[in-house]
Amino acid sequence: MNGIDAAPRPQQARARTPFGKAVLALAIKDLREELRGRELINAMLLYAALAVLIFSFALELDAEARETSIAGVFWVTVVFAGMLGLNRSLAAEKDRGNLDALLLAPVDRSALFFGKMLSNLFFMFMVAVLLMLLITVLFNVSLFVPWLMVVILLGTVGFAAVGTLLASMTVHTRARETLLPILLLPVSLPVILSAVRASTAILSRMPQEDWIAWPQLLLVADLVLLALAYILFDFVVEE
Amino acid sequence: MTHPVSPARTRILAGLTIVAAIMFVVAVGMAVFYAPTDAQGMVQRIFYPHLGSFMGGALAFFVAAAAGVLYLITRADRWDTLALSAIEVGLVFTGFNIISGAIWARPIWNTWWTWDPRLTSAAVMWLAYAAYLMLRNSIEDPGRRARLAAVYGILAFSSVIFTTVITRVRPDTIHPVVVGPSPQNAQGSFGVSDPRMVATLMFNILTFIVLAITLIWHRIRLEDFSRYVAALKMRYLTR
Repeated sequence: MNGIDAAPRPQQARARTPFGKAVLALAIKDLREELRGRELINAMLLYAALAVLIFSFALELDAEARETSIAGVFWVTVVFAGMLGLNRSLAAEKDRGNLDALLLAPVDRSALFFGKMLSNLFFMFMVAVLLMLLITVLFNVSLFVPWLMVVILLGTVGFAAVGTLLASMTVHTRARETLLPILLLPVSLPVILSAVRASTAILSRMPQEDWIAWPQLLLVADLVLLALAYILFDFVVEE
Repeated sequence: MTHPVSPARTRILAGLTIVAAIMFVVAVGMAVFYAPTDAQGMVQRIFYPHLGSFMGGALAFFVAAAAGVLYLITRADRWDTLALSAIEVGLVFTGFNIISGAIWARPIWNTWWTWDPRLTSAAVMWLAYAAYLMLRNSIEDPGRRARLAAVYGILAFSSVIFTTVITRVRPDTIHPVVVGPSPQNAQGSFGVSDPRMVATLMFNILTFIVLAITLIWHRIRLEDFSRYVAALKMRYLTR
């Protein structure tokens, strides 16, 4: 009993890693891993390219159809490629036992959430940008519009937030790869819907006052989902 | 192992069930015989249970989200049971809401279904709660199942809020609203101008709320009994 009392307590003696530093460390770890293995980003990009090709003959995207449906094609592809990445990013942590190590680390649990979210967001945003390039080349529709970049950033932020939370839930379930889309798509509807509507309006060059409500709704949805994910993540990873 | 229900509560529930059944008959009777028709004719009468069942379902989903919060704070199993019961009842009610809306829309909008923001978000809300049940089915450990289900129940409630506010923030929906001005594009109003219409509407909403509470209570008892039976089985099989 005495011996225990006399021993230093490492948990309290050592200062906690500052929040921002922990977030960055985790995100950079994921990026470095990806840079060496390129497991995730290759799969996501190949999937995105294939999806766009399949859409192009499934929807027979002629010049008129492009204007109205290219934003939908773009977002559906980004969302599904994103889910591919979300599944892998959390499953890899769990299967290699790294999730337990992360949970034991003396950092805020929410730092783990934001670290994982940041790397997921980065991959998703990168896929989105490369996909824009591909669509611009293949369909002769320029997607590089400043407002569209804002919408894409907002959309991927909301989707990555709730996606990271739900992927860390489904990783503990029996049918995880199957379950993630079923859980994620309905909850992220406000994000997807407003992102698609905003992008379609921007691409068809409608006046700004006609569509500005959608990015605003998107921003509100992002903030709500981020706050919820931040609060709920602690309960998901406890144990 | 004590018996899960007391005779006193059984009597209260039996009384409540009878009251709910009578109210339901009266509510349907008021909708069919008491309320006057407007320009839409007889089909307008389906609107009373249509809104009533949405209110009952939304209340059930709200109860489920609140029970999820309480579960995460107290970790008492009864909150988990309440959340599960409320969501099952809410699914039935909102299912009826969507189907009755389709029946109304066929003569008024000339189609069973249209991809209107409110209809879409209501359907996705239903799917979110169906996903909740799938999530529960794919986790074996009871503690983890209750915890993750509580998290998802809270998250899914955002889709209820989204469904409720979408007709108010987006003018391009054709779905009419009851409280406040209808969107300018609204086709086929739910105009409740006559005092008898208001009375019918209020009574229908009240009825569906009482009905929801009664059914949730029955569902909780069913869950309690099934746990009791499982415990008895364990006791006699291991003796």
